[in-house]
Amino acid sequence: MRDSFYYFFRKTYNKIMLLLIFLLSLLATLPFFYIAYFVFQKGFSAINWDFFTKIPSGPGIAGGGLANGILGSAVMVGMACLAGLPWGVFLGVFLSEYRFHPLSKLLRFVVDLSVSTPSIVIGIFIYSLLVSFFGFSAYAGAMALMLILIPIIGKSAEEILKMVPNHIREAGLALGLPRWKVILQILIPGTVAMLFSGVILSIARIAGETAPLLFTSLGNQFFSKSLNEPTASLPVQIYEFSKSGFPDLEAMAWGGAFLLISFVFFINFSTRLLIFIRKPSYKNEF
Amino acid sequence: MSFKKGKMKQKTLIEVKALSAWFKKSQALSNINLLIEKNKVTAIIGPSGCGKSTFIRCLNRLHEEVEGAYLKGEVILEGKNIYDLGSDPVLIRRNIGMVFQKPNPFPGMSIYDNVAIGLKLSGIKKRSLLDERVERSLRNAALWKEVKDHLSRSGQSLSGGQQQRLCIARALAVNPSVMLMDEPTSALEPISTAWIEELIQKLKNQVTVVFVTHNMQQAARVSDRIAFFLNGELVEFNKTSWFFTKPKHSKSEDYITGRF
Repeated sequence: MRDSFYYFFRKTYNKIMLLLIFLLSLLATLPFFYIAYFVFQKGFSAINWDFFTKIPSGPGIAGGGLANGILGSAVMVGMACLAGLPWGVFLGVFLSEYRFHPLSKLLRFVVDLSVSTPSIVIGIFIYSLLVSFFGFSAYAGAMALMLILIPIIGKSAEEILKMVPNHIREAGLALGLPRWKVILQILIPGTVAMLFSGVILSIARIAGETAPLLFTSLGNQFFSKSLNEPTASLPVQIYEFSKSGFPDLEAMAWGGAFLLISFVFFINFSTRLLIFIRKPSYKNEF
Repeated sequence: MSFKKGKMKQKTLIEVKALSAWFKKSQALSNINLLIEKNKVTAIIGPSGCGKSTFIRCLNRLHEEVEGAYLKGEVILEGKNIYDLGSDPVLIRRNIGMVFQKPNPFPGMSIYDNVAIGLKLSGIKKRSLLDERVERSLRNAALWKEVKDHLSRSGQSLSGGQQQRLCIARALAVNPSVMLMDEPTSALEPISTAWIEELIQKLKNQVTVVFVTHNMQQAARVSDRIAFFLNGELVEFNKTSWFFTKPKHSKSEDYITGRF
């Protein structure tokens, strides 16, 4: 009798805890759904053809869009990516493949620090380094984004390369290949889908950065004529329009927010899909 | 040494002299002396942690790739000490193939590329030559018939036993004179194990095989020579038939009869 009571008690207790865990998890994700719904509701109506093709019209004037901000963001994120991608991947390679190198510990510590450096600090840094001499420009914006991007890509590349079991490396070495060839021709091609996912997730991360761009590319009401002048970007436009006080500009800001969140959602979704399709299986791992 | 000089008609391929190996401060091998004969299968046996794997990893300079690992002594392959100052581990390893405990085809690489990669990365680009060497290696590894119609499939799509044969083909492709195998069947089921054992027997005409096993029956079935290791020391090195019928050392007898 005693035993069966404890059995019943234990089963019930287990069920209650399970339910609690489920409810709390649901609660934790609720804000995201609410944000998504809120941004969709407020922003979707602002999305139309003009939104992507026209530059902002003044307050009170109908029409206009965020074309200059979208273009500026794309250009700056693109430049940051071109310069930061190989740099970040090589950083990850060093952290993972030369982890016993005397410098590796120090470097890992610095990378951890720079991942958690507030982006506004990076903005101020580039401001005093470049902007105070050469003025606001897309270059400065891209430079700030790149500084944020490199340690993120480095960390993700490190984690991905560490997942490759060590005997794969040894098999390459045992074939008489130098270590750098093992890395470049075996490890990186073998994990390229996952490395690529890491890279585009970090792009999603920097695409929404506002603070560093305020100090570096500033913003522009028109299309920039060159990379050397102040350049509009989507996050800065959202920031400025939302505090403008004009209902039509605020609506435009919501549209921009909706575009950004859709972009992030799209990127996350497509990387999941990519990993699902291309993930290498180490099926003989125990 | 185990052989009387007069009886040694076989050619020696590898001569191990006073080899000791360490991982940081702990010694894994002490003063190993051993002759490995050409075109024979030598089995390295012994209980877990006795230094079997460390020993064969010293034969292709893979031991030094582990953090904190170092060694003393000489390994003379075809008359040259592979640990000579200035000898290049990369070049040495091209002459010594290795197969690992877990089948490890390179991720994301086709069956063809897995076999061809050693050749490709050492500079061979001619397609016809690559095709020929890939086919020959796969035939030698007894895998050709099963994979010839889908060479472009991923190496990881094969079964465990096939993957291990693919790894053997990969190692054979660069024409090594020695093949090291570190418990090549311990991750495989019995049928694949039998395949690999048969393969080792066939391979000894082309390469000298040194393999580690923790399975004494396997060593008895496959090998010509047995080296019995215990606590980092070579206890006995003998002809396989003699080792099992009249071992020279009482510890060998204890091990054979399962008293460990």
